[in-house]
Amino acid sequence: MWRYIGRKLAVYLLTFVVAVTINWMIPRFMPGDPVRSMLSRASISDPEALERMNSYYNEVFGLDTPLWQQYLSFWAGLFRGDLGISIMLYPEPVIDIILRSVPYTLAVLLPAIILSWIVGNRFGAFAARSKILDNTILPVGYVLTATPYMWLALLFAWAMGVVLGWFPVSGGYSYSLRPAFSGEFVWDLVMHWFLPFLSMFVVALGGWAIGMRNMIIYELEADYSNYLQALGAPRKLIRRYAFRNAMLPQITGLAVQLGTIIAGALLTEIVFNYPGLGSLILDSLTNRDFFLLQGIFLFVVVGVLIANFIIDIVYVLVDPRTRVQMTGGAA
Amino acid sequence: MTLRVKDLKVYYQTLRGDVHALDGVTFDLADGEIMGLAGESGCGKSTLGKSLIRLDSRMRHVGGSIELDGKDLPIADDDAMVPFRYHEISLIPQYAMSALNPTRKIGRMINELLRARGLRPADIAEELERRLELVGLDTDVLNRFPIELSGGMKQRVVMVMSTLLNPSLLIADEATSALDVSTQRSVAESMVEFRDRGYVKSMVFVTHDISLVYQMADTIMVMYAGRIAEKASTSTIINNPQHPYTQMLISALPEVGSTAEETRLEGIPGTPPGLLHPPTGCRFKDRCPMAFSKCNEQPPLLEIEPGHWAACWKTG
Repeated sequence: MWRYIGRKLAVYLLTFVVAVTINWMIPRFMPGDPVRSMLSRASISDPEALERMNSYYNEVFGLDTPLWQQYLSFWAGLFRGDLGISIMLYPEPVIDIILRSVPYTLAVLLPAIILSWIVGNRFGAFAARSKILDNTILPVGYVLTATPYMWLALLFAWAMGVVLGWFPVSGGYSYSLRPAFSGEFVWDLVMHWFLPFLSMFVVALGGWAIGMRNMIIYELEADYSNYLQALGAPRKLIRRYAFRNAMLPQITGLAVQLGTIIAGALLTEIVFNYPGLGSLILDSLTNRDFFLLQGIFLFVVVGVLIANFIIDIVYVLVDPRTRVQMTGGAA
Repeated sequence: MTLRVKDLKVYYQTLRGDVHALDGVTFDLADGEIMGLAGESGCGKSTLGKSLIRLDSRMRHVGGSIELDGKDLPIADDDAMVPFRYHEISLIPQYAMSALNPTRKIGRMINELLRARGLRPADIAEELERRLELVGLDTDVLNRFPIELSGGMKQRVVMVMSTLLNPSLLIADEATSALDVSTQRSVAESMVEFRDRGYVKSMVFVTHDISLVYQMADTIMVMYAGRIAEKASTSTIINNPQHPYTQMLISALPEVGSTAEETRLEGIPGTPPGLLHPPTGCRFKDRCPMAFSKCNEQPPLLEIEPGHWAACWKTG
């Protein structure tokens, strides 16, 4: 078991190093000079002043050193929790800006992922029992999984925000309010949170329901189900076994889907102008703030890796077969 | 008389029509009898085995009756069959290797099944352990997952599990087909031992392996194309078969000591008829070297000598 976790950790560590390296490379080899564009915004005409400011900024951002030194100092900074300084919101540190946005993203993402997985699985298992439910839920599920996140988000924003006026369609909270721990503010937060959450939840739901429905039908046809039926076991017991065994591929599915879901969440945030990492990515892109962009990507990568690692561990706990293989098994 | 099957007809429903898998099967099974049920693929032997315990969704009971220990079995009614299953009739399936839930420890699965059937696992625990030891398994297997057991071990676990409630009738559907020859033998011997100890009253052993059945069965019933060709004691079927199909089937088996140089084994030319539109009369007539005009009528299954039944115009 520990050897397995150790091996997994090593793989994740390697993935992390590669991800960080690519992450560092992309903005640096992207066309465009961020310092130049910052200076052009200041519209300085004196060439001598321009030159001095250029070298000043290059020194501040560490762009005057050779590439390999930039790379090493990037890693060094990483371990100190220093991701550099934002260009867009100069001179605020990147880490502070990200930490301000992360709670919003997590608040949408975690409940959407976990609830849609649980509800979708229950729903799918339930649908597998009856022909009528199966024939109605399945097509709906297919439409839902095929729906792009931001398209559904737009639809919800239009229907429930603009037409019905039930929910606000933009921002994390009303601009008229100051952040405070009051009932009014919390309620406002929830109202702003609801639509981004709902569109994430609904799209993910369909996929899980379809997957579970198919898995349950497969498991109910499995040999052990037939055997138990021949021995007169009640349907309840057989369904319980089938549900549990059908869960296993769904857990794997969750790990595989995680990246897609997070990408969907970022797009959804942009649609609702929700102040999470998604909107931040868009802002930093338009402002060529590659320190910020880099920091956000790093957070997303680390988040996905951690989540995948957790799922790996959970899988080992729920499927005895992987556990047996790891301990070598006693034949 | 343990089991009495009368004119049983079970058809498979398909889009192209009914497949007459069992078309009027009649036989008796005595207390303590182990009957080998042999025949080619598609002759209906597995269908007969299944019909005795649980029809699957494509199977339809068309006619005939099954009587077990004097009680009629409501085989067409899935729910009404439940009280008989496991308690009276049990099954060792063809797929014993995968018959156990892969994510449950074996002991826990057995306990859950017993509880679901209204029994207290604690009452049976001791007997369970004794029987596991009888078939040469350590009681530790109860704490293992199926993946930790070899094929032969799983087979024996299923055997013990299926017979735990001392059923009247045990159906072993190709129970040894997936095992190697030496394991086959030991499983077959355990089955005979279970019968001798009274764990099962009588047994139907579905197989295509006549040489294995020869070692353990009291009687052999040979089926052909959904009907019974011949039923007799094992030695009669092997040494003195009367039905032309049985004769050809037995002569297709290799004999100990003979080599291929002396005599070339003959197969049976031709293929069995399709059962979607079965031919009239004797179903073997197209492949039978002894066929004559009378074979266009269906031959009745007659007792040609005590305990020896055959369905052929030449034997009657």
